[in-house]
Amino acid sequence: MEYEAVIGLETHVQLKTKSKMWCGCANQFGSEPNTNVCPVCLGMPGVLPVPNEEALRKTVLTGFLLNCEIPRYAKFDRKNYFYPDASKNYQLTQYDKPSTANGFVDFEFNGLGSVNGMGKVRITRAHLEEDVGKLTHFDRTSGVDFNRAGVPLLEIVSEPDITGADMAYEYLNALKEILLQGGISDCDMEKGMVRCDVNISVRPVGEKTLGAKIEIKNMNSFSGVRRAAEYEIARQIEVVKSGGKLIQSTRRWDDVAGITEEMRTKENAHDYRYFPEPDMMPLAPTDAWLAEVRALVVELPIARKQRFMRDYQLPASDAEVFKSNVELGNYFEGIAKQSKNPKAMANWIINNLLSKMAEAAKTAETSDPFSPSGGEGRDEGARADTGLATLKFPPSALLELVALVEAKTISSAAAQQVFAEMFTTGKAPAAIVQEKGLAQVSDTGALETFCDEAIAANPAPVTDYKAGKVAALNSLKGQVMKLSKGKANPALVGEILERKLKA
Amino acid sequence: MLNQLTISELAAKLLHRKVSSREAMQACLDQIARVDGTIHAFISHNAADALAQADAADKQIASGVIKPLLGVPIAIKDVLAVKGQPLNCASKILGNFTSTYDATAIEKLKAAGAIIFGRCNMDEFAMGSSTENSAFGVTRNPWDTSRIPGGSSGGSAAAVAADECIASLGTDTGGSIRQPAALCGVVGMKPTYGRISRYGLVAFASSLDQIGPFTKDVRDSAILLGAMSGVDPRDSTSVPQPVPDYTKALTGNVRGLKIGLPKEYMIGGLDAEVKAAVDTAVKKFTELGAEIVEISLPHTDYAVAVYYIIATAEASSNLARFDGIRYGARIEGNDPLELYSKTRGAGFGDEVKRRIILGTYVLSSGYHDAYYLQAQKVRTLIRNDFLKAFETVDAIITPTTPTAAFKIGEKSGDPLQMYLSDIFTISCNLAGIPGISVPCGFTKNPKLPIGLQLLGKPFGEETMLRLAHAYEQATAWQREKPPL
Repeated sequence: MEYEAVIGLETHVQLKTKSKMWCGCANQFGSEPNTNVCPVCLGMPGVLPVPNEEALRKTVLTGFLLNCEIPRYAKFDRKNYFYPDASKNYQLTQYDKPSTANGFVDFEFNGLGSVNGMGKVRITRAHLEEDVGKLTHFDRTSGVDFNRAGVPLLEIVSEPDITGADMAYEYLNALKEILLQGGISDCDMEKGMVRCDVNISVRPVGEKTLGAKIEIKNMNSFSGVRRAAEYEIARQIEVVKSGGKLIQSTRRWDDVAGITEEMRTKENAHDYRYFPEPDMMPLAPTDAWLAEVRALVVELPIARKQRFMRDYQLPASDAEVFKSNVELGNYFEGIAKQSKNPKAMANWIINNLLSKMAEAAKTAETSDPFSPSGGEGRDEGARADTGLATLKFPPSALLELVALVEAKTISSAAAQQVFAEMFTTGKAPAAIVQEKGLAQVSDTGALETFCDEAIAANPAPVTDYKAGKVAALNSLKGQVMKLSKGKANPALVGEILERKLKA
Repeated sequence: MLNQLTISELAAKLLHRKVSSREAMQACLDQIARVDGTIHAFISHNAADALAQADAADKQIASGVIKPLLGVPIAIKDVLAVKGQPLNCASKILGNFTSTYDATAIEKLKAAGAIIFGRCNMDEFAMGSSTENSAFGVTRNPWDTSRIPGGSSGGSAAAVAADECIASLGTDTGGSIRQPAALCGVVGMKPTYGRISRYGLVAFASSLDQIGPFTKDVRDSAILLGAMSGVDPRDSTSVPQPVPDYTKALTGNVRGLKIGLPKEYMIGGLDAEVKAAVDTAVKKFTELGAEIVEISLPHTDYAVAVYYIIATAEASSNLARFDGIRYGARIEGNDPLELYSKTRGAGFGDEVKRRIILGTYVLSSGYHDAYYLQAQKVRTLIRNDFLKAFETVDAIITPTTPTAAFKIGEKSGDPLQMYLSDIFTISCNLAGIPGISVPCGFTKNPKLPIGLQLLGKPFGEETMLRLAHAYEQATAWQREKPPL
């Protein structure tokens, strides 16, 4: 019998806000333990939570980006459980009235579960809650750092629409790209800004009812999610094939061993005793507020890619670059509209500009290896120096450069030189061409002379050509280019040589 | 005797430099020294700090500063956060906890110049009706020291009744201000939910709790209400309603006001002397020109049951933070669970544990809908009863309690009987409306105070205070002092 996997994801994402969810403490990673804390996030006696409006805004914005409905009534609930990382021993979350519901994510995907190269995962809800503190276990004691306690956390719950590990992986990457580009979260996995739990069940192909849902926790990367899902699907199929029975449970992924282990089963699942948070009023977003949030919606990455392919006739590979690098895409779009040849613009940007920028970034980095600002700071500094915003030449210079090539004023080889120069100095292409004398020689008189010289000096290829070896012409062309110091118009040279040799 | 003065009397004397704040504060401290060994209204008080605040106030007065409460000593229930002062909620579980910040209401009183002193005794975490559930011993009723002062704000009520302070603050979740005010013969008010910020009030039941004043007359109640009211960015349940000068409402004129008398409140358990006193008070209002109308609050019978589901549900969660991890007393364990159960097992008293267990039960999977959800629905019906009644009346009049103060120990073995002593006060919290208790007479033998309750429309404190004040002026029960 054939089996299939049914997978749903619960993705936790820390929102990019200045302050925490209920208090004014900084939402900041990497501070000394328990320095971004106050009576509110420490759960001191008598304190009350006040919702962070920016977090509410980013939650609803996420809803718009994920094609969700925005209910006109939402509320926070208390999820009650005792654990030392929870300063109040309850977590505030949105239980049955979330701020967003019923959306979907479309993403490019080829594989099990794809349709015409696309995958679709429905979003049950994206609801807002608070992060908890971080426990560190020492030899005989444990410590808790409440810097993270009360950081706004979005939980994005998918429908069980995912059919395999690869689809889960691609969904997560697409989701991350949307959240990054939408300004929702920095999505830094290493800083714990994105965490993901996976619900997996298996059933015989064709069966409609779902198998026992098994939740997998503790993956710390998207590839970890993929590996865990691969392992767990195979494990579950193996169990049922060998006549075993799966029960609803929670398992922990061991990334080193590459296996999942049982943590708890349904019988000893928590009873969280949810009830509406009485310390806060329910949320009822107004039309005006919703319109304000809607105005912050950015174009979805996939839509952007498709539009670039359609509007500028770019190949998928070029559009993909502009999809993931929004700034670069904007740069391209800024000049592509004025260009007769957007594809040529894309080539210059992707092939030349990007590599020049990368080169410059490398130089900036190595030139000051003992930069006191250290790793992260130096990185950012280098980016700032070599980023699009600090380019020495204006975007219009690229247009000009391409126009010079198209008008055959300069050869492609010369264009490379011009570009290198304008990247370094910011001078206008025309000025560089003039300064360096790079303009193509299209003066037929001069070219005739060069061609005559080349024919006279190279009898061998001449004989070859005349004997029917057409390729021998290239050798002669090369000689003419040499004589003209690269400035001869290659097309004209070809024409003249042909005429002379056939005569 | 300066400690016997009301806020308005003392403030006038301070303003005209007839007396100093230090003298007034010292008079209160002397009274505490004289009577608190018996009454035990205070868990603790810092005399040196209180006098230092009084001296600072005197300096300000001398330099011409005028503030409404400048130099007036006000005592605080041990459930409100005052920076640098102990905060125990009359529980062992907080250990030697000291507050790191001021509650908003305290901040406002300090800004108005008040001397904030003393930690008034109470039922542990405000759970109780007699102040017998305190880890720091019982408080005695100044009118009869063999009797309870009511609760949970029993210490705050007794302190005002025994003139150990000029006024005090309490909190009211189901009657915890009005009931002890009635039993101690002082004025106690619970404002509309959202009128005074709850920031810094250690929550018992968040959707029911309100801070309110204990005072020696209605004018003082109006003064303190005005000083503490207003929207607070730190409490999102506080309401951005303008704060009037409540003393301006005390015109003495109640002619034409309609007062509802709920027929459901004349119950079997109502003591004959209490009933007689309330009947007399009702007549007095008629004499004053108010109109008495019989009204019906049909869901009254469910109030106590609904209250003990909602309040305990919220409490079970609110008190979860007292776990020995971050602050307060801790008893070590081999794992977090053992630490929790040892700490909480030793730290909480019986009544608190009873309510945490009850609240945990009503929220549990499988019971949540039958208890918690159902109770929330009935709560809405109770609120609607009041809103409907207020379409025809300006205020509602009832007894505050079914009986006068009972004996210490009399009901402590029977929680249900104890719960029923709040039968007249609970609905007010469920509906979120304001209520005030004013003295309306005494039982004969022994002589114990009886309280009259007036309930107002949401944010209808002005009309409620006007009625209470007019009645007080016409009767002057509040001038009687306990035999100490």
